[in-house]
Amino acid sequence: MATVETKSITKSFDGGNAVDGINLLVREGEFLVFLGPSGSGKSTLLRMIAGLETPTAGDVLIGGRVVTELPPRARNIAMVFQSYALYPHLSVFKNIAFPLEAQRLKREEINKKVEWAASLFGIQRLLARKPRQLSGGERQRVALARAVVREPVVFLLDEPLSNLDAKLRTSARDELQQLQRRLGTTTIYVTHDQIEAMGLGDRIAVLNHGKIHQLGTAQEVYNDPADTFVATFIGSPPMNLIETDHTITGFRPEHYLPRGIYGAHEKVIEFPFQITRLEYLGADRLVYGALESPLPSVKVISRLPSTVATPVEIGRHYEFVVRARDLKHFDPKTGLKTSTG
Amino acid sequence: MQTISRNTISKGGRGHFLEDEKWLGRFMLAPAVIYIVALVGLPFLLAIYYSLSDVTVGSRSLHFVGMDNFRHILDSNTFWRSLRNTLVFTLVSQLLVVVLGNILAMALYKNFRGKWLVRFLILLPWVAPISLGSIGWLWIFDPVYSVINWSGRALGIFAPTTWPIWLGQPNLAMASVIMVDVWRLLPLSTVIILAGLSSIPQDIHDAAAVDGIGFWRRLFQITLPLLMPIMLVALLFGIVFTVTDMIVIYVLTRGGPYDTTQVLSSLAFFTGIQGGDLAEGAAISLFLFPLLVAVAILFLTLARRTEVT
Repeated sequence: MATVETKSITKSFDGGNAVDGINLLVREGEFLVFLGPSGSGKSTLLRMIAGLETPTAGDVLIGGRVVTELPPRARNIAMVFQSYALYPHLSVFKNIAFPLEAQRLKREEINKKVEWAASLFGIQRLLARKPRQLSGGERQRVALARAVVREPVVFLLDEPLSNLDAKLRTSARDELQQLQRRLGTTTIYVTHDQIEAMGLGDRIAVLNHGKIHQLGTAQEVYNDPADTFVATFIGSPPMNLIETDHTITGFRPEHYLPRGIYGAHEKVIEFPFQITRLEYLGADRLVYGALESPLPSVKVISRLPSTVATPVEIGRHYEFVVRARDLKHFDPKTGLKTSTG
Repeated sequence: MQTISRNTISKGGRGHFLEDEKWLGRFMLAPAVIYIVALVGLPFLLAIYYSLSDVTVGSRSLHFVGMDNFRHILDSNTFWRSLRNTLVFTLVSQLLVVVLGNILAMALYKNFRGKWLVRFLILLPWVAPISLGSIGWLWIFDPVYSVINWSGRALGIFAPTTWPIWLGQPNLAMASVIMVDVWRLLPLSTVIILAGLSSIPQDIHDAAAVDGIGFWRRLFQITLPLLMPIMLVALLFGIVFTVTDMIVIYVLTRGGPYDTTQVLSSLAFFTGIQGGDLAEGAAISLFLFPLLVAVAILFLTLARRTEVT
């Protein structure tokens, strides 16, 4: 268990900075998620923490010790890769035992630890098989067992669930979180999937263009986005943004509802719009439309829960409202949040 | 009327012939098949036929003599010596090629300035005609003008009394032809191994680095086992090329001194073509065939067994 820290860490490739002076402190035992679109620098940042990439500038500290110049093996970390990176020519047992053999442990101790790690993931019966004889879910478990077996101080996970099918992903997410809670190992998890990020992370670091846009809990990044990037990247469908004279006003689709939904004493703002498209999603209805004058003709989305029975029709005008306290405001020049709504 | 309709039919027929996938496939395979049958298959059958006869260069008659030729070569000391030389020549040169090929491929796998130049230089021996390269080596090994000897003496590496005759002393001659064979086959092996290296995903190397193994363990426990299938194929090519090739030997030593560099393919050439005894030459060269088939089957089986994905 250790803290992980980066100090103005930068990685330049010949196009520019993949990671641009990031300062970050991961607390002991924390589950931190790097969330960002592809090319945001999240994987590069993780690989620098692992020691697989050398930073152009800045330092990496693990447990308060500067490890920038140390090779990965001297950092006492474990990493799980998106492709799992199992050694294809070795049996599952040998794969899991590999990091222990590298430490030159005694045979009996290796057997004991492999047994323990395999039982954590319920893969004891697979130990004699080769990776190619395993299903995707089984490979993923072997990769996790290999990471856990050496009891590292930090787990680094690079999109470890993205090669699983949707159903398996949900249960794997659950198991992963339970395991992390049980072992209490500091964990950094990279993903581009916001549901994964919000479901797993104690805190989420939202990255784009090599910078952290916001670092906070799932509630914080969702309810109180630091800027327009976070506001539109998190949430599906994204936050509606309306640029007027000197400010950008934002509100979530689920807050944009017919007038009657909110109590009479509630202070609400009207955003009249004309409906252009309807999507029925079972639990919700997504209502697409364009705002009407005097507001700029911007596309907006409303998410109506199935409990709201109000009939809506394409082509008709409605006066949906948002509670004043659900409105967010951003600076049009910088995109940064200007007030908490 | 009749002529016109026949023309139409035949035209339509020709159109069908190229559009019909079955015939198009056969048509496009034909050049390769004709080439193999005419230049490999027929000579091979002819060799079998000759080896059972008493044909000579310039003879007009041909008598069937059964296994006489084979019996005769099995009684000949030169044959056994050539067979031994073939094995030494092939094994030593291919061992060197595999080791050096791996080292070169791993060096070339890394990025460095001027990599293209090094790649070009390494590939050069493969692109250059064998005879041309061998003639260059002939000059390097020349008993009077040998560049090695003069440089060695100038640099003080060779004592004034030392003056190796590279192609004239039995052990040195074998070492020399092995050196040239390695020089010639190294590029192919390097390129094949390089392709194998590039096919190992970076993630595997990263995982190994995180799991904490150093260079040597990574080499012997990860890289080489994963390279094994393609390395065996490279080795098979190298063995076949070395065993069947006689140009290096022919240009450099002609099998001398005292047959110490005589290999089966050169012996077959000297006996059959230059000595005029076509029948016995054919018998000698046919001896290579079961040997190489066995090697090929063995290697391909091994390669499949070490295949991991």
